[in-house]
Amino acid sequence: MANLQLRRVRKSYDNIEIIRGIDLDLHDEELTVFVGPSGCGKSTLLRMIAGLEEITSGDLFIDGERVNDIPPAKRGLALVFQSYALYPHMTVAENMSFSLKLAGLSKAEREMKVAQAAQILHLESLLTRKPKELSGGQRQRVAIGRAIVRNPKVFLFDEPLSNLDAELRVRMRLELTKLHRQLRATMIYVTHDQVEAMTMADRIVVLNAGVVEQVGTPMELYRNPRNLFVAGFLGSPKMNFLTATVESQNPGNVTVKMADGSRLSVPGQLDISNHSQITIGIRPEHLRLTNTGSLAATVTTVEHLGSESYLHVLTANSEALIVRVSGETAVEADQQVNVEVDSSALHLFDQDGTSLRSR
Amino acid sequence: MAAHAFNTTQPPPRGRRGVWSLNTPTITILFLWSLVPLLMTLWFSFRRYNLMAPDRIGFDGLGNYRYLLTDPGLALAIWNTILLLGAVLAITIGLGTVLAVLFDQEFFGRGIARVLVLAPFFIMPTVSSLLWKNMMMHPDNGFIAFLMRSVGLKPIDWFAVVPLTSIIIIVSWQWLPFALLTLLTAVQSLDAERKEAARMDGAGPIAMFRYIILPHLGRAIAATTMIETIFLLGIFAEIYVTTSGGPGFASTNLSFLIYRYVLQEYDIGGAAVAALLAIVLANILAFFLMRSFARNLET
Ligand SMILES: Nc1ncnc2c1ncn2[C@@H]1O[C@H](COP(=O)(O)OP(=O)(O)OP(=O)(O)O)[C@@H](O)[C@H]1O
Ligand SMILES: [Mg+2]
Repeated sequence: MANLQLRRVRKSYDNIEIIRGIDLDLHDEELTVFVGPSGCGKSTLLRMIAGLEEITSGDLFIDGERVNDIPPAKRGLALVFQSYALYPHMTVAENMSFSLKLAGLSKAEREMKVAQAAQILHLESLLTRKPKELSGGQRQRVAIGRAIVRNPKVFLFDEPLSNLDAELRVRMRLELTKLHRQLRATMIYVTHDQVEAMTMADRIVVLNAGVVEQVGTPMELYRNPRNLFVAGFLGSPKMNFLTATVESQNPGNVTVKMADGSRLSVPGQLDISNHSQITIGIRPEHLRLTNTGSLAATVTTVEHLGSESYLHVLTANSEALIVRVSGETAVEADQQVNVEVDSSALHLFDQDGTSLRSR
Repeated sequence: MAAHAFNTTQPPPRGRRGVWSLNTPTITILFLWSLVPLLMTLWFSFRRYNLMAPDRIGFDGLGNYRYLLTDPGLALAIWNTILLLGAVLAITIGLGTVLAVLFDQEFFGRGIARVLVLAPFFIMPTVSSLLWKNMMMHPDNGFIAFLMRSVGLKPIDWFAVVPLTSIIIIVSWQWLPFALLTLLTAVQSLDAERKEAARMDGAGPIAMFRYIILPHLGRAIAATTMIETIFLLGIFAEIYVTTSGGPGFASTNLSFLIYRYVLQEYDIGGAAVAALLAIVLANILAFFLMRSFARNLET
């Protein structure tokens, strides 16, 4: 149960800056997800918070106390590793009580805490087993149990589900969110999987190349991405991007000219001059097939997921789009279609990739 | 059909005879290789066969056995063998473990230090024994004597006063690099995240060593112990070069005792009995080693 503050936190390895000035406020009892592409520095940032990596410059505060120079064990945080990092020669119970033993708790106290954690995680029947006698999901739960018994101020997770198969991942995802609510714990969860981020987070921190791109609740980021990177990173399938130019601006709406020559009238006001190049972002669910649709396109592939289908289409000037349609669609590959754009759901980005408005 | 295809209890297509015909040459060679010398030793152990008395060759019943078992040197030799083995194992493995953990850390000059500490292993036993005898432990010119004199102590004649201890020191010096090398490899194979997890759990250097590193080393320690045991039971050159087993039998181990029988007393029969005894001793040791480490090796 804690608040965390990062102030201008930086990290360099041999003059290569990996974390490039991060300011963040993480709130008590929230599950914050760090999400970003591989190599963007998520793990490094998490390990800096844990105390396993030194902070090159900047300050880290836990509950108002600067902890830069406090060793990992004294920060009161618990880290769940991607590889679980269980102690192979210890039983499940010993794994979970190791930290308590080092802290000098009596045997009775240790057993009580382990029993509690085991009950939360449904591990009671496995307490005497060794890690190698457990399944991946069970190991994962032991690793979480090892964190729970310490009653940490903050739980840190580094891609804890990435070694599990797809089905188990979905189940553990739900269990973790349940656990979060049950323990009312503060958690930081690192993942490169935007689905995990969207489904689990109270607040998402999108990282890219060592900087924070945007912070907000999942739906805030989904609805109002601040730039092209966030827009493209969150959402599955990805947001479609089309190039266009601003043609004219009238009070209350803007006309943009698409690359294929068609025109769109976008409600709202923009802070941009006429004739400038912009990027239009539109999510697959905001595109429809109609007879009057302004974009003529050819279907290249149809993906049927059952409940819905994704049409991969190519516009007249070879821009690829994905359109979400009902699962019952009769559209087939190579068919000509007209795509209608829901102009109230458009995202507009200037040439630097920054969003031109927040709706 | 499907049940048939997955029936794994079916005998393999090739019959027993087919397997045997392939295995037989290897088994035969190994059989001859190990059994013929053993049988010959057994044969000689029942013979009166002293090279100094070639005319008195013949069957001797248990004569050699009686002679050996009443030899006051025998008990001492067995005791020395065990002492030498135990002490060298304790020193090399104990020190090797500590050094392995230290050498796993980053420090300036680690590469050079590693080469230096491994060097003794590449020196032949006779050479290193001579080095120790003439340059380190010599009562007049030895380096240790020099050190002792320079702090005002009276140098000791190592090989006369503490012969077995001197040999233990020399052999430990030779075998420490081996233990260090195997244990260092094992230390380095320890998962970094496991150590970090222990750090997060509050383990300081001592707890880390005790609860994480040492259990991880169990298997490597077992393997090192076994390999060293095999070689240490047969220590010979070091004794030959330095003390020749003396004074008296003070630094004679079993393999040196066998040598004394053969080449100092020319008693082939007696040597054969001592050799059989060495085999029995090695097997008893191997049994206990295997039993205490078998569980370790399984996991
Ligand atoms: N010890 C190190 N020395 C030098 N560079 C490092 C070190 N550790 C990490 N890096 C670099 O820092 C960058 C960020 O690494 P990090 O492990 O934080 O990525 P990540 O966001 O967790 O990626 P992934 O999703 O693949 O786990 C990478 O480019 C990596 O090469
Ligand atoms: Mg990572």
